[in-house]
Amino acid sequence: MSKIHVTATVNGDPVEFLADPRETLLDALRNHLDLTGTKEGCGTGDCGACSVTVDGTLVCSCLMLAAEANGKRVETIEGMAKEELHPLQRKFIEHAALQCGFCTPGILVAAKALLERNPDPTDTEIRYWLAGNLCRCTGYDKIVRAVQDAAAEMRQDHRGAA
Amino acid sequence: MRYHTPTTFQDAAAIAAASTGTLRFLAGGTDVLVQMRAGMVQPDDLIDLKHIPGVDRIEKTPEGGWRIGVAVPGIVLGAHKELVRDWPGVVEGMNLVGSTQVQGRATLAGNLCNGSPAADSVPGLFAAGAVVTVTGPKGSRDIPVEQVPVGPGRTSLAKGEVISAITLPPRAKNGGDAYLRFIPRTEMDIAVVGCAVNLRLDGDRVAEARVALGAVAPTVILSEACAQAIIGTTLDDAALAALAKAAKGAAKPISDKRGTKEFRIEVAGVLARRAARIAYDRAKGMKA
Repeated sequence: MSKIHVTATVNGDPVEFLADPRETLLDALRNHLDLTGTKEGCGTGDCGACSVTVDGTLVCSCLMLAAEANGKRVETIEGMAKEELHPLQRKFIEHAALQCGFCTPGILVAAKALLERNPDPTDTEIRYWLAGNLCRCTGYDKIVRAVQDAAAEMRQDHRGAA
Repeated sequence: MRYHTPTTFQDAAAIAAASTGTLRFLAGGTDVLVQMRAGMVQPDDLIDLKHIPGVDRIEKTPEGGWRIGVAVPGIVLGAHKELVRDWPGVVEGMNLVGSTQVQGRATLAGNLCNGSPAADSVPGLFAAGAVVTVTGPKGSRDIPVEQVPVGPGRTSLAKGEVISAITLPPRAKNGGDAYLRFIPRTEMDIAVVGCAVNLRLDGDRVAEARVALGAVAPTVILSEACAQAIIGTTLDDAALAALAKAAKGAAKPISDKRGTKEFRIEVAGVLARRAARIAYDRAKGMKA
């Protein structure tokens, strides 16, 4: 079976790899690019543990073929912290918004995508946006509080910078 | 598996027609990849339609309707203000499909071709009178959307045929549509019953109506009896009662883990009434 040559940008870095035609973007990230922060939970688009953005759109990387990522800009959890942790990452720690942590990369990537579109969401908007990210340990209250706190800080920083 | 990336629908149809094994078209992939993962479908040929120019576009037709490309995901439909203003019911149906992540990929054409009787975007397309362009080896033809599904997981498309666009008609003056579904939770579930109503008013009276029901028959169904129950009325209590009765009569559901036959029939009546009310208010220009 012939492999497909894929070139893409992942977290700002140009990458290239050979993908099996059936291989998902999730498997390519983990197995070819050693970016194991993106997790496989269900593998069928129900749990959101594999959330990444592709050209700025939040998707499940298990529901996309690696071949489809050719020429695309992919952002994963590994690209989230710059010199310091992203405010969302810091607030998840402060609020103890995780226990086992398996769902956390997907939830952080999804929450970041939300705050980029809506810097001041209601609790209900956060819950609906994150409805496709399942957490089986913590429950969602702490996650919602952490996202709200991070959003408030990011709004403050944005005003400070303006 | 051979992964194909044709750049025209004619080429896509030719590859499909020449395929001798299991074939799937790929748009958003939110059903196809799940089926591949589950081992339900192992395509020999997978034809990715997203390299065809225009598949990601929503364009106004010369008549004032909307031509929606087969790879336009739900999130893009929901963000298109003019489309949402014209066809709020179609868009709200599509936007109920799956999570935010699924909305980033899932498409109207895919939801239609997956052939689920419970597909949330399909009743809205039926009620709207959407037209589907089908391209095959011999060229393209336009068919009413209600001719596409023929049974659970099955469509009327022949070998080598592919949907190349979905077109919504121009929104009539004083018109409105709405879609409601019942699920036992608030999000991320499959409809137990769905109902879409599209209508046009002449003054306070319903001049035209189309009512579609989901998850109560082997395919989404268009109910002429439901439409007749409200045409000519001001959607008063008597008309709503007649509509509910017609919807219950049109519903021919099965009992399964999501709901019993009796429950589905009852809910079909309730949703028809409520969706009609919302469509009416929207037609009146009231926010709903």
